[in-house]
Amino acid sequence: MVFNLFNEIDMTTRFNPLKRLFPAIVSALAIFAGSAAADTVTVYSARNEQLIKPLFDAYTKETGTKIQVLTDKEGPLLERLKAEGAKSPADVLITVDAGNLWHASRLDLLQPIKSSVLNANVPANLRDPKGKWYGLSIRARTIIYNKKFVNPSQLSTYEALADPQWKGKLCLRTSKKVYNQSLIATMIATLGEKRTEEVVRGWVGNLATDVFADDNGVIKAVAAGQCEVGIVNTYYLARALDKDPNMPVGLFWANQKERGVHVNISGAGVTRAAPNAAGGQRLIEWLSSETAQGIYTNDDFEYPVNQKVKPDSIIRHWGPYKMDLINVSKAGELQGAATRLMDRAGYR
Amino acid sequence: MYQRGSIWNWRGWGPLRALAIAALTLIPLLVVLASFFDQQVDAWEHLAAYVLPGVLWNTLVLVLGVGAGVLFLGVSLAWLTAVCNFPGRKFFSWGLMLPLAMPAYVLAFVQVGLLDFTGPVQTVLRGWFGSSAWFPPIRSTGGVVLVLPLAFYPYVYLLARNAFITQGLRAVEAAQMLGYTRFQAFWKVALPMARPWIAGGVTLALMETLADFGSVSIFSFDTFTTAIYKAWFSLFNLSAASQLASLLVLVVLALAVIDQRLRHNRRYAVKSFTPVRIALQDGAKWAAAVFCAAIFAIAFAVPMVQLVVWVVDVWKEDFDARYPVFLLHSVWLAGVAALVVTVLGLLLSAIHQHHKDNTTQMIVRLATLGYAIPGTVLAVGVFIPVAWLDNQLISLAAWFHWDVQQILKGSLIVMLAALSARFLAVAFQPIDAAMQRVTRNQGNAARSLGLSPKKVLLHLQLPMVRGGLLTAALIVFVDVMKEMPITLMTRPFGWDTLAVRVFEMTSEGMWDRAALPSLAIVLAGLLPVILLIKKSESGFH
Repeated sequence: MVFNLFNEIDMTTRFNPLKRLFPAIVSALAIFAGSAAADTVTVYSARNEQLIKPLFDAYTKETGTKIQVLTDKEGPLLERLKAEGAKSPADVLITVDAGNLWHASRLDLLQPIKSSVLNANVPANLRDPKGKWYGLSIRARTIIYNKKFVNPSQLSTYEALADPQWKGKLCLRTSKKVYNQSLIATMIATLGEKRTEEVVRGWVGNLATDVFADDNGVIKAVAAGQCEVGIVNTYYLARALDKDPNMPVGLFWANQKERGVHVNISGAGVTRAAPNAAGGQRLIEWLSSETAQGIYTNDDFEYPVNQKVKPDSIIRHWGPYKMDLINVSKAGELQGAATRLMDRAGYR
Repeated sequence: MYQRGSIWNWRGWGPLRALAIAALTLIPLLVVLASFFDQQVDAWEHLAAYVLPGVLWNTLVLVLGVGAGVLFLGVSLAWLTAVCNFPGRKFFSWGLMLPLAMPAYVLAFVQVGLLDFTGPVQTVLRGWFGSSAWFPPIRSTGGVVLVLPLAFYPYVYLLARNAFITQGLRAVEAAQMLGYTRFQAFWKVALPMARPWIAGGVTLALMETLADFGSVSIFSFDTFTTAIYKAWFSLFNLSAASQLASLLVLVVLALAVIDQRLRHNRRYAVKSFTPVRIALQDGAKWAAAVFCAAIFAIAFAVPMVQLVVWVVDVWKEDFDARYPVFLLHSVWLAGVAALVVTVLGLLLSAIHQHHKDNTTQMIVRLATLGYAIPGTVLAVGVFIPVAWLDNQLISLAAWFHWDVQQILKGSLIVMLAALSARFLAVAFQPIDAAMQRVTRNQGNAARSLGLSPKKVLLHLQLPMVRGGLLTAALIVFVDVMKEMPITLMTRPFGWDTLAVRVFEMTSEGMWDRAALPSLAIVLAGLLPVILLIKKSESGFH
């Protein structure tokens, strides 16, 4: 043993140059880990970069405030905030659905803010009652149909798509997507679990083909006549029509005679440990302003939350719609229940 | 026996040495395992009743199907291009490696896009026959099992080819001298001798299959990984997700141990080779060429053409000054990671070969499990301890009035450590297969001449495993280029790569706009592939 120990010491002296080099390498590699300047806002975003960059560029141009963005999926972003705790460099969290904002506030990762600007710009059902997060764009999820086979007068509600009349004619996206979980969550809130499960079972029975991985798949299938009706977020259809205006797919605003069409939001909140909470709040307020809301709708065909701003011309011809006024936080609260319900009903 | 008492010689050091490397994987694994302290009865009851039965069956079918598929494709293609001669062999010998650079999710998306009801193939068929209802659905079990092996066979191909090139012909010649037909010689001699390589390649392919989420979700095919993400993202229950992930790890570990037992006491050693290829005759040579061409077309050429078509369509709105930076980041990260992980893999393999005690062998197995965990789960497992350590360091820094928000986090060291945890298996498998080649006699002879084990490694083993090292570095390079979850989780601010770009586009379903970064990944991945081929071909005259 003693012999071995001597050898070990001998080894370390031999590798001495390397040992001296090591701290230098460490500092060279750690060069990116710097502290942020005071006029910088750090954003963790699940909204993808090319959709928010134009907004941030405009903000920097207008105010001089630099914005540092880190994108990832919602799940990892929340775990990141949790693990970083009080030392997190993030000021603002952006997601593309209400469920994850609700979950973030339940994990106490967001702080309430009081802002008359946001209260004026964002309708009450599209923000957290406690002010921890605010919707910044509306993502309406509604019914689409193939114009060759379906007369819009045959359509009415989401629930009606469970009728036997649509057997083998319905296309849906997978239940694993949060947009469907939110839709079902709000249905549970209004119709109750039992009725909602009946509807979902009806949908599953009416499917023309296996569920699709994304909304684009549903739109293409409806356009090709593989099925006649489907449920998608409107901006996916707007993007598809922007590329191919002759696509025989129409949009129908669901449930207009009753609670209104289901809407989700992309939104933001100031994080609990934000080093620059005031800067974060100013950014979110600006994102709800008319300038920013115009960019939101023109770049991605989403509906502005700020009612003073007109939607993009491509989606304007779908006309005004009545939206479900249930608070979108319900989507988060009942997301787990919705997932379980869809599993029970065999909706993959 | 040993003339110089070196610290290296003390066999008791084995487990400690192995642990030093395995810690990279073990720490995140332990973080994932710690979830078992957080019981989730409700979630489990639900998953067990409605989710697990289906996904377990699917996963079993997938593993068997992909396993059989990569075995068949990898071994047959490797045999043809390594030891036979037929028209186009030279091209196919490197061309058939190219699918390695094609991310599996891209291949899946393109093939589903082409072959689904709305795709061009069925549209044309409907034009001819009026209906395409008879066409088998691509988004199905059969579709997944047919397409995924096309993405993952290169692991087997690369490793098996390595084995066949260094021993195959010699083995066939020897067997034929003993009266075997060529067919028998392949089955009874060449194939068993290549077993460590083939097993290594299949292991990698299956681990990646088990951890895969992106490609199977394109087929709407639910696997065990789907259940993990369902628990996390849909039920907001990371604990249940981690528990499921731990089970996955246990299954992989059990398989690894079984494999180890099966291989026990086998020696895979060979001395040299004589490079003369088998010339295939008339029918056989054209059949070989057509087979290779078909696989090359489906797994690489067709998705490549689709990518190019999309790029032509979108590059104007997408290409900007940042792309060279994305490319630079990707290549830099992949290059450094390939170097680091290959060195770690070599050390791990040296320990594996030197210390045959059970503890060391087990730790080595554990060290390579990072490849079987779904990437996002592993990323969290890495990030939690790093963030914890960082917070301690930040507090410490505050004592010295150094106001800093992150020290380790967002440094490339953490990124490299996390990527090592994921890809150690990828480097270890080819290197360790090659290491088994260095005969015991050669090692003993060197040692009896008074060479220390370190010198044996440097002067005997290292030159002999050069092929394995190159293969390891290549696969790690290409895999890191394609990797998303760990890069996303550990990258410094603004340090975006091509894969990050792909993630951002595909997360909003903009597959066509993801074509530009995807194409760049494929092209950058081709360089080392071609380099490797040049090297491996140089053995033949």
